[in-house]
Amino acid sequence: MSHDHSIDPNNMPKDPAKATMEGKHKFLGLWIFLGGETVLFACLFGTYLALKDSAAGGPTTQELYGLGLVFLMTMLLLTSSLTSVYAIYHMKNNDFKKMQLWMGITALLGIAFLACEIYEFAHYIHDYGFTFRSSAFGSAFYALVGFHGGHVVFGLSWIIVLMIRNAKRGLDLYNAPKYNTFALYWHFIDVVWVFIFTVVYLMGMVS
Amino acid sequence: MPDKMSTRKINSFQKQKNKQEMQKMVVSFALMIFFTLVAFALVALEIPSTYVIPLLLILAVVQVGFQFFYFMHLKDKGHEVPAQIIYGGIFVTVLVALTFTVITWW
Repeated sequence: MSHDHSIDPNNMPKDPAKATMEGKHKFLGLWIFLGGETVLFACLFGTYLALKDSAAGGPTTQELYGLGLVFLMTMLLLTSSLTSVYAIYHMKNNDFKKMQLWMGITALLGIAFLACEIYEFAHYIHDYGFTFRSSAFGSAFYALVGFHGGHVVFGLSWIIVLMIRNAKRGLDLYNAPKYNTFALYWHFIDVVWVFIFTVVYLMGMVS
Repeated sequence: MPDKMSTRKINSFQKQKNKQEMQKMVVSFALMIFFTLVAFALVALEIPSTYVIPLLLILAVVQVGFQFFYFMHLKDKGHEVPAQIIYGGIFVTVLVALTFTVITWW
């Protein structure tokens, strides 16, 4: 390497993720990406709100959704957001092993969330015959919730690759920004889910 | 040697700071869980929808605020540009959601 990215434990930078120019650029770049993601999800939410009552004789939101599973999924994803905060906390204290551990817990919670979502979709398809092609409501629902699930899949692959790739290298100023951008992305997935469980599930069950 | 001592002191000071910040994070997490429980309870108790929907939306906005400002550090120094980007995104979100709802109102 042409640059020395190793961390001097006696002179730890305040935020190792933003100690290099590359780290600062990655940080800003990810936020610009998240701004674009906000607009993307805005369109999907708008479409869902417009089409949610067009069930075409199929199951309506009240018949379909169940409170229990959504609650479990919400708790899993919210907790995974906190565990990634713990991982970044250990990164700032230069404790690589604990950071990997907490990132690993984050990934496991994400996998559990994904398993619930797959179960949910399978349940709708088999027990209600509710698919992407059932109605305008079906298309809007699967597009919105499925796109969020796709983001979870992408985030999981991202962190698993990062963890394996850097397992022997340890923490340095080169990979710290990578872990940090993942954590920010993961929080954003949680932000989107908060609106999904509110706008799609909870509001779908009351009206 | 005294030089090294002083950097160590800064380090322990930083560690203390990180710990304090982490405690704030845990508190905001507890609040987020609390808001979630209230939101689910409102639906489970079947309170009339005219009151529930605005309340649910407020709870979601507050919770997302915690996520953005605490978990994603938007409240911290050096986050002015990311904050502007996200405010822009939220503006578009509100605009799009309103447009699509109004267009199918009747």
